[in-house]
Amino acid sequence: MSYRIVHYINQFFAGIGGEEKADYKPEARDGVVGPGQALNAALKGRAEIVGTVICGDSYFAENMAKASAEILEMIRKFSPDAVVAGPAFNAGRYGTASGAVLDLVAKELQIPVVGGMYPENPGVELYRKSAYIVRTSDSARGMGAAVQGMASLVLKLLDGEEIGTPEEEGYIERGLRKNVFLDKVGGERAAEMLAKKLRGEPFKTEYPMPVFDRVAPNPPVRDMKNAVVALVTSGGIVPKGNPDHIEASSATHYGEYSLVGVMTADADHYETAHGGYDPTYANKDPNRVLPVDVMRELEKEGVFRKLHEKYYATVGNGTSVGNTKRFGEEIVGKLKKDGVDAVIVTST
Amino acid sequence: MKEIERGGIPVVHVCTIVPISQTVGANRIVPAVAIPHPLGDPTRTREEELQIRRNLVLKALKALGTEVHEQTVFTD
Repeated sequence: MSYRIVHYINQFFAGIGGEEKADYKPEARDGVVGPGQALNAALKGRAEIVGTVICGDSYFAENMAKASAEILEMIRKFSPDAVVAGPAFNAGRYGTASGAVLDLVAKELQIPVVGGMYPENPGVELYRKSAYIVRTSDSARGMGAAVQGMASLVLKLLDGEEIGTPEEEGYIERGLRKNVFLDKVGGERAAEMLAKKLRGEPFKTEYPMPVFDRVAPNPPVRDMKNAVVALVTSGGIVPKGNPDHIEASSATHYGEYSLVGVMTADADHYETAHGGYDPTYANKDPNRVLPVDVMRELEKEGVFRKLHEKYYATVGNGTSVGNTKRFGEEIVGKLKKDGVDAVIVTST
Repeated sequence: MKEIERGGIPVVHVCTIVPISQTVGANRIVPAVAIPHPLGDPTRTREEELQIRRNLVLKALKALGTEVHEQTVFTD
Protein backbone atom coordinates (compact mmCIF):
# COMPACT_ATOMS: atom_id res chain seq x y z
CA MET A 1 0.00 0.00 0.00
CA SER A 2 1.38 3.39 -0.87
CA TYR A 3 1.35 6.43 1.39
CA ARG A 4 -1.32 9.09 0.91
CA ILE A 5 -0.07 12.60 0.25
CA VAL A 6 -1.96 15.88 0.01
CA HIS A 7 -0.35 18.62 -2.05
CA TYR A 8 -0.86 22.35 -1.36
CA ILE A 9 -0.36 24.76 -4.27
CA ASN A 10 -1.40 28.31 -5.19
CA GLN A 11 -3.80 29.51 -7.88
CA PHE A 12 -0.98 30.16 -10.33
CA PHE A 13 0.50 26.67 -10.30
CA ALA A 14 -3.02 25.22 -10.35
CA GLY A 15 -3.48 26.92 -13.71
CA ILE A 16 -6.41 28.99 -12.46
CA GLY A 17 -4.77 32.32 -13.17
CA GLY A 18 -2.18 34.89 -12.19
CA GLU A 19 -2.56 37.93 -10.00
CA GLU A 20 -6.09 38.59 -11.21
CA LYS A 21 -7.05 35.31 -9.52
CA ALA A 22 -4.92 35.74 -6.39
CA ASP A 23 -8.07 36.19 -4.31
CA TYR A 24 -9.18 32.62 -5.16
CA LYS A 25 -10.72 30.87 -2.17
CA PRO A 26 -9.48 27.50 -0.88
CA GLU A 27 -10.57 24.55 -2.96
CA ALA A 28 -9.91 20.81 -2.71
CA ARG A 29 -9.56 18.57 -5.74
CA ASP A 30 -9.00 14.84 -6.00
CA GLY A 31 -5.65 13.70 -7.35
CA VAL A 32 -2.86 15.76 -8.86
CA VAL A 33 -2.97 19.30 -10.21
CA GLY A 34 -0.14 21.16 -11.96
CA PRO A 35 3.28 20.47 -10.44
CA GLY A 36 1.69 17.57 -8.53
CA GLN A 37 2.19 15.51 -11.65
CA ALA A 38 5.97 15.82 -11.50
CA LEU A 39 5.91 15.31 -7.76
CA ASN A 40 3.80 12.20 -8.11
CA ALA A 41 6.23 10.79 -10.67
CA ALA A 42 9.14 11.50 -8.32
CA LEU A 43 7.37 9.56 -5.57
CA LYS A 44 7.77 6.45 -7.78
CA GLY A 45 4.58 4.75 -6.66
CA ARG A 46 5.73 4.50 -3.06
CA ALA A 47 3.43 7.37 -2.23
CA GLU A 48 0.59 8.93 -4.12
CA ILE A 49 -0.94 12.39 -4.21
CA VAL A 50 -4.55 11.66 -3.30
CA GLY A 51 -5.68 15.26 -3.24
CA THR A 52 -4.64 18.81 -3.96
CA VAL A 53 -5.67 21.88 -2.00
CA ILE A 54 -5.46 25.17 -3.85
CA CYS A 55 -5.63 28.71 -2.50
CA GLY A 56 -5.02 32.14 -3.99
CA ASP A 57 -1.93 33.83 -2.53
CA SER A 58 -3.62 37.11 -1.71
CA TYR A 59 -6.69 35.41 -0.30
CA PHE A 60 -4.46 33.49 2.08
CA ALA A 61 -2.35 36.51 3.05
CA GLU A 62 -5.38 38.66 3.74
CA ASN A 63 -7.41 36.01 5.59
CA MET A 64 -4.72 33.93 7.26
CA ALA A 65 -6.68 32.54 10.19
CA LYS A 66 -9.81 31.73 8.20
CA ALA A 67 -7.96 30.32 5.19
CA SER A 68 -5.68 28.15 7.35
CA ALA A 69 -8.65 26.67 9.16
CA GLU A 70 -10.49 25.94 5.90
CA ILE A 71 -7.42 24.42 4.29
CA LEU A 72 -6.70 22.26 7.33
CA GLU A 73 -10.21 20.80 7.15
CA MET A 74 -9.86 20.09 3.43
CA ILE A 75 -6.54 18.36 4.04
CA ARG A 76 -7.90 16.37 6.97
CA LYS A 77 -10.71 14.94 4.83
CA PHE A 78 -8.17 13.23 2.56
CA SER A 79 -6.71 11.36 5.59
CA PRO A 80 -3.15 11.97 4.43
CA ASP A 81 0.03 10.37 5.76
CA ALA A 82 2.01 13.48 4.81
CA VAL A 83 1.53 16.94 3.29
CA VAL A 84 3.76 18.59 0.71
CA ALA A 85 3.45 22.29 -0.20
CA GLY A 86 4.92 24.11 -3.16
CA PRO A 87 7.65 24.48 -4.30
CA ALA A 88 7.13 28.23 -3.84
CA PHE A 89 10.61 29.28 -5.10
CA ASN A 90 11.03 32.99 -4.30
CA ALA A 91 7.32 33.87 -4.28
CA GLY A 92 6.83 35.57 -0.92
CA ARG A 93 3.09 35.18 -0.42
CA TYR A 94 3.13 31.62 -1.73
CA GLY A 95 6.05 30.74 0.54
CA THR A 96 4.37 32.30 3.55
CA ALA A 97 1.10 30.51 2.79
CA SER A 98 2.69 27.11 2.24
CA GLY A 99 4.78 27.52 5.39
CA ALA A 100 1.71 28.43 7.41
CA VAL A 101 -0.21 25.43 6.05
CA LEU A 102 2.65 23.04 6.84
CA ASP A 103 3.08 24.51 10.31
CA LEU A 104 -0.60 24.02 11.09
CA VAL A 105 -0.73 20.49 9.62
CA ALA A 106 2.35 19.44 11.61
CA LYS A 107 0.78 20.75 14.82
CA GLU A 108 -2.78 19.56 14.29
CA LEU A 109 -2.40 16.31 12.36
CA GLN A 110 1.06 15.30 13.62
CA ILE A 111 2.19 13.99 10.24
CA PRO A 112 5.35 14.70 8.20
CA VAL A 113 5.33 17.95 6.19
CA VAL A 114 7.69 19.13 3.45
CA GLY A 115 7.90 22.42 1.60
CA GLY A 116 10.23 23.86 -1.01
CA MET A 117 11.54 27.44 -1.18
CA TYR A 118 14.41 29.65 -2.22
CA PRO A 119 16.41 30.58 0.91
CA GLU A 120 15.49 34.28 0.63
CA ASN A 121 11.74 33.57 0.57
CA PRO A 122 10.23 35.24 3.68
CA GLY A 123 8.37 31.99 4.34
CA VAL A 124 11.72 30.38 5.20
CA GLU A 125 12.49 32.61 8.17
CA LEU A 126 8.91 32.26 9.39
CA TYR A 127 8.51 28.50 9.09
CA ARG A 128 11.86 26.73 8.75
CA LYS A 129 11.62 25.62 12.37
CA SER A 130 8.25 23.93 11.94
CA ALA A 131 8.77 22.20 8.57
CA TYR A 132 11.41 20.65 6.40
CA ILE A 133 11.82 23.17 3.60
CA VAL A 134 13.81 21.90 0.65
CA ARG A 135 16.20 24.48 -0.77
CA THR A 136 15.12 25.38 -4.33
CA SER A 137 16.17 27.82 -7.03
CA ASP A 138 14.51 31.24 -7.16
CA SER A 139 12.17 30.47 -10.05
CA ALA A 140 10.14 27.66 -11.58
CA ARG A 141 13.06 26.83 -13.86
CA GLY A 142 14.26 24.75 -10.92
CA MET A 143 11.04 22.72 -10.70
CA GLY A 144 12.67 19.39 -11.62
CA ALA A 145 15.33 19.46 -8.92
CA ALA A 146 12.88 20.87 -6.38
CA VAL A 147 10.28 18.10 -6.70
CA GLN A 148 12.99 15.42 -6.66
CA GLY A 149 14.36 16.79 -3.41
CA MET A 150 10.94 17.19 -1.86
CA ALA A 151 9.84 13.69 -2.92
CA SER A 152 12.89 11.94 -1.54
CA LEU A 153 12.69 13.82 1.76
CA VAL A 154 8.98 13.10 2.29
CA LEU A 155 9.51 9.40 1.50
CA LYS A 156 12.31 9.21 4.07
CA LEU A 157 10.12 10.88 6.66
CA LEU A 158 7.22 8.53 5.88
CA ASP A 159 9.50 5.51 6.16
CA GLY A 160 10.69 6.80 9.51
CA GLU A 161 14.27 6.87 8.26
CA GLU A 162 16.81 9.02 9.97
CA ILE A 163 17.11 12.44 8.35
CA GLY A 164 20.66 13.63 7.72
CA THR A 165 22.05 17.13 7.97
CA PRO A 166 20.63 20.00 5.93
CA GLU A 167 23.59 19.71 3.52
CA GLU A 168 23.11 15.97 3.02
CA GLU A 169 19.36 16.14 2.49
CA GLY A 170 19.08 19.52 0.78
CA TYR A 171 16.70 21.17 3.20
CA ILE A 172 17.07 24.54 4.91
CA GLU A 173 18.58 24.52 8.39
CA ARG A 174 15.90 24.19 11.03
CA GLY A 175 17.92 25.35 13.99
CA LEU A 176 17.79 21.90 15.63
CA ARG A 177 20.70 20.45 17.56
CA LYS A 178 21.44 16.78 17.65
CA ASN A 179 23.91 14.86 19.81
CA VAL A 180 26.43 12.70 17.97
CA PHE A 181 29.49 10.73 19.03
CA LEU A 182 32.82 11.61 17.50
CA ASP A 183 36.27 10.10 17.98
CA LYS A 184 37.95 13.33 18.88
CA VAL A 185 36.99 15.35 21.93
CA GLY A 186 35.74 18.91 21.59
CA GLY A 187 39.00 20.54 22.67
CA GLU A 188 40.95 18.70 20.02
CA ARG A 189 38.47 19.61 17.29
CA ALA A 190 38.45 23.25 18.36
CA ALA A 191 42.26 23.36 18.33
CA GLU A 192 42.27 21.86 14.82
CA MET A 193 39.80 24.46 13.62
CA LEU A 194 41.86 27.25 15.15
CA ALA A 195 45.02 25.91 13.51
CA LYS A 196 43.22 25.81 10.15
CA LYS A 197 41.95 29.33 10.66
CA LEU A 198 45.47 30.54 11.47
CA ARG A 199 46.81 28.88 8.34
CA GLY A 200 44.05 30.53 6.34
CA GLU A 201 42.54 27.14 5.41
CA PRO A 202 38.82 26.52 5.13
CA PHE A 203 37.19 25.01 8.19
CA LYS A 204 33.65 24.30 9.20
CA THR A 205 32.25 25.48 12.49
CA GLU A 206 30.17 23.00 14.49
CA TYR A 207 28.05 25.80 15.89
CA PRO A 208 27.20 28.56 13.46
CA MET A 209 26.26 31.76 15.23
CA PRO A 210 22.77 32.94 14.36
CA VAL A 211 22.68 36.07 12.26
CA PHE A 212 20.07 38.54 13.43
CA ASP A 213 19.97 41.46 11.10
CA ARG A 214 17.95 43.75 13.28
CA VAL A 215 18.20 47.50 13.48
CA ALA A 216 17.19 49.32 16.66
CA PRO A 217 14.30 51.73 16.15
CA ASN A 218 15.26 55.36 15.72
CA PRO A 219 13.91 57.96 18.13
CA PRO A 220 10.53 59.30 17.03
CA VAL A 221 9.91 62.58 15.28
CA ARG A 222 9.28 64.97 18.19
CA ASP A 223 8.02 67.89 16.18
CA MET A 224 5.89 66.56 13.34
CA LYS A 225 4.58 70.03 12.47
CA ASN A 226 8.07 70.99 11.35
CA ALA A 227 9.03 67.68 9.76
CA VAL A 228 9.79 66.86 6.14
CA VAL A 229 8.24 63.48 5.33
CA ALA A 230 9.22 61.35 2.33
CA LEU A 231 7.33 58.60 0.54
CA VAL A 232 9.08 55.39 -0.57
CA THR A 233 7.29 52.40 -2.06
CA SER A 234 8.03 48.85 -3.11
CA GLY A 235 4.65 48.81 -4.85
CA GLY A 236 6.10 49.92 -8.17
CA ILE A 237 4.25 53.24 -8.65
CA VAL A 238 6.11 55.03 -11.46
CA PRO A 239 5.34 57.87 -13.86
CA LYS A 240 3.24 56.58 -16.73
CA GLY A 241 5.32 54.70 -19.25
CA ASN A 242 7.81 53.55 -16.60
CA PRO A 243 10.63 55.78 -17.87
CA ASP A 244 13.37 53.95 -15.95
CA HIS A 245 12.12 50.53 -17.06
CA ILE A 246 11.90 49.14 -13.57
CA GLU A 247 11.43 45.40 -13.93
CA ALA A 248 8.06 43.83 -13.06
CA SER A 249 9.93 41.30 -10.93
CA SER A 250 13.46 40.79 -9.62
CA ALA A 251 14.10 44.53 -9.89
CA THR A 252 17.70 45.59 -10.36
CA HIS A 253 17.13 49.29 -9.76
CA TYR A 254 14.80 51.89 -8.27
CA GLY A 255 13.47 55.20 -9.53
CA GLU A 256 13.70 58.69 -8.09
CA TYR A 257 10.82 60.93 -9.18
CA SER A 258 9.91 64.55 -8.57
CA LEU A 259 6.73 65.44 -6.70
CA VAL A 260 7.11 69.15 -7.28
CA GLY A 261 3.66 70.50 -8.10
CA VAL A 262 2.15 67.01 -7.96
CA MET A 263 -1.05 67.12 -5.93
CA THR A 264 -2.20 63.58 -6.57
CA ALA A 265 -0.80 60.36 -8.02
CA ASP A 266 -3.58 60.12 -10.59
CA ALA A 267 -4.11 57.48 -13.24
CA ASP A 268 -3.30 59.90 -16.07
CA HIS A 269 0.27 60.34 -14.90
CA TYR A 270 1.15 57.29 -12.81
CA GLU A 271 0.88 53.52 -12.99
CA THR A 272 2.35 50.46 -11.35
CA ALA A 273 5.28 48.51 -12.78
CA HIS A 274 4.81 45.72 -10.23
CA GLY A 275 4.20 42.26 -11.70
CA GLY A 276 3.37 40.55 -8.44
CA TYR A 277 -0.15 41.73 -7.70
CA ASP A 278 -3.29 42.48 -9.69
CA PRO A 279 -2.56 45.99 -11.03
CA THR A 280 -6.20 46.92 -11.71
CA TYR A 281 -6.75 48.91 -8.50
CA ALA A 282 -3.34 50.60 -8.39
CA ASN A 283 -3.59 51.64 -12.03
CA LYS A 284 -7.06 53.03 -11.54
CA ASP A 285 -5.89 55.16 -8.63
CA PRO A 286 -2.15 55.01 -7.87
CA ASN A 287 -2.81 56.96 -4.63
CA ARG A 288 -3.99 53.60 -3.28
CA VAL A 289 -0.32 52.61 -3.13
CA LEU A 290 1.48 55.97 -3.09
CA PRO A 291 -0.82 58.27 -1.06
CA VAL A 292 0.22 61.61 -2.57
CA ASP A 293 -3.31 63.02 -2.44
CA VAL A 294 -3.80 62.73 1.32
CA MET A 295 -0.17 63.65 2.01
CA ARG A 296 -0.81 66.97 0.22
CA GLU A 297 -4.01 67.42 2.19
CA LEU A 298 -2.26 66.85 5.52
CA GLU A 299 0.66 69.04 4.44
CA LYS A 300 -1.79 71.83 3.72
CA GLU A 301 -3.44 71.34 7.11
CA GLY A 302 -0.04 71.66 8.76
CA VAL A 303 0.06 68.16 10.24
CA PHE A 304 3.67 68.08 9.00
CA ARG A 305 5.66 70.80 7.29
CA LYS A 306 6.46 69.39 3.89
CA LEU A 307 6.09 66.35 1.69
CA HIS A 308 9.62 65.69 0.41
CA GLU A 309 9.84 66.80 -3.19
CA LYS A 310 11.04 63.44 -4.45
CA TYR A 311 9.72 59.96 -3.97
CA TYR A 312 11.50 56.66 -4.51
CA ALA A 313 9.96 53.54 -6.00
CA THR A 314 10.96 50.01 -6.79
CA VAL A 315 9.25 46.69 -7.33
CA GLY A 316 9.39 44.31 -4.39
CA ASN A 317 8.62 41.11 -6.27
CA GLY A 318 11.21 38.38 -6.00
CA THR A 319 13.78 41.16 -5.74
CA SER A 320 16.94 39.86 -4.11
CA VAL A 321 17.84 40.91 -0.59
CA GLY A 322 21.22 42.09 -1.88
CA ASN A 323 19.61 44.48 -4.38
CA THR A 324 17.03 45.87 -1.95
CA LYS A 325 19.75 46.45 0.62
CA ARG A 326 21.72 48.46 -1.91
CA PHE A 327 18.59 50.45 -2.93
CA GLY A 328 17.92 51.24 0.73
CA GLU A 329 21.47 52.35 1.41
CA GLU A 330 21.49 54.66 -1.59
CA ILE A 331 18.02 56.06 -0.91
CA VAL A 332 18.73 56.82 2.75
CA GLY A 333 21.93 58.63 1.76
CA LYS A 334 19.93 60.90 -0.54
CA LEU A 335 17.12 61.43 1.96
CA LYS A 336 19.60 62.45 4.65
CA LYS A 337 21.36 64.85 2.34
CA ASP A 338 17.99 66.41 1.54
CA GLY A 339 17.14 66.85 5.22
CA VAL A 340 14.23 64.40 5.37
CA ASP A 341 13.03 63.78 8.96
CA ALA A 342 10.79 60.75 8.52
CA VAL A 343 9.87 58.17 5.88
CA ILE A 344 6.66 56.31 5.08
CA VAL A 345 7.33 53.09 3.16
CA THR A 346 4.32 51.48 1.50
CA SER A 347 4.27 47.88 0.27
CA THR A 348 1.77 45.84 -1.64
CA MET B 1 13.25 50.10 4.74
CA LYS B 2 15.61 48.57 7.26
CA GLU B 3 18.48 50.42 5.57
CA ILE B 4 16.57 53.69 5.97
CA GLU B 5 16.26 52.93 9.68
CA ARG B 6 19.93 51.96 9.84
CA GLY B 7 20.76 55.22 8.11
CA GLY B 8 19.21 57.08 11.01
CA ILE B 9 15.81 58.26 9.75
CA PRO B 10 12.69 56.98 11.55
CA VAL B 11 10.59 54.91 9.14
CA VAL B 12 7.16 53.34 9.23
CA HIS B 13 6.11 50.39 7.06
CA VAL B 14 2.52 50.48 5.78
CA CYS B 15 1.84 46.99 4.45
CA THR B 16 -0.75 44.23 4.37
CA ILE B 17 1.28 41.13 5.24
CA VAL B 18 2.42 42.06 8.71
CA PRO B 19 4.33 38.79 9.36
CA ILE B 20 6.57 39.47 6.37
CA SER B 21 7.25 42.99 7.60
CA GLN B 22 8.12 41.60 11.02
CA THR B 23 10.44 39.00 9.51
CA VAL B 24 12.20 41.62 7.46
CA GLY B 25 12.71 43.68 10.61
CA ALA B 26 10.48 46.75 10.42
CA ASN B 27 10.18 48.48 13.78
CA ARG B 28 7.07 50.57 13.17
CA ILE B 29 4.36 48.72 11.26
CA VAL B 30 0.90 49.93 10.20
CA PRO B 31 -1.34 47.18 8.77
CA ALA B 32 -2.87 48.16 5.43
CA VAL B 33 -6.12 47.31 3.64
CA ALA B 34 -5.21 44.68 1.03
CA ILE B 35 -2.26 43.63 -1.12
CA PRO B 36 -3.32 45.23 -4.44
CA HIS B 37 -4.64 48.40 -2.74
CA PRO B 38 -2.86 48.90 0.61
CA LEU B 39 -4.14 52.46 1.09
CA GLY B 40 -7.50 52.27 -0.58
CA ASP B 41 -10.62 50.20 -0.96
CA PRO B 42 -12.28 50.06 -4.38
CA THR B 43 -15.43 48.56 -2.86
CA ARG B 44 -16.17 51.82 -1.03
CA THR B 45 -17.31 55.19 -2.29
CA ARG B 46 -14.67 57.72 -3.27
CA GLU B 47 -15.27 59.69 -0.05
CA GLU B 48 -15.06 56.62 2.17
CA GLU B 49 -11.90 55.52 0.43
CA LEU B 50 -10.24 58.91 0.94
CA GLN B 51 -11.14 58.73 4.62
CA ILE B 52 -9.60 55.25 4.91
CA ARG B 53 -6.40 56.46 3.24
CA ARG B 54 -6.29 59.56 5.41
CA ASN B 55 -6.70 57.51 8.58
CA LEU B 56 -3.91 55.14 7.54
CA VAL B 57 -1.50 57.98 6.75
CA LEU B 58 -2.39 59.69 10.04
CA LYS B 59 -1.74 56.42 11.83
CA ALA B 60 1.62 56.14 10.04
CA LEU B 61 2.54 59.69 11.09
CA LYS B 62 1.48 58.91 14.64
CA ALA B 63 3.73 55.83 14.59
CA LEU B 64 6.64 57.98 13.41
CA GLY B 65 6.02 60.27 16.38
CA THR B 66 5.85 57.42 18.89
CA GLU B 67 8.84 56.15 20.83
CA VAL B 68 9.27 52.38 20.35
CA HIS B 69 11.85 50.01 21.77
CA GLU B 70 10.94 46.90 19.79
CA GLN B 71 8.94 45.92 16.71
CA THR B 72 5.55 47.51 17.15
CA VAL B 73 2.38 46.98 15.14
CA PHE B 74 0.16 50.05 15.34
CA THR B 75 -3.34 48.64 15.13
CA ASP B 76 -5.39 51.42 16.67
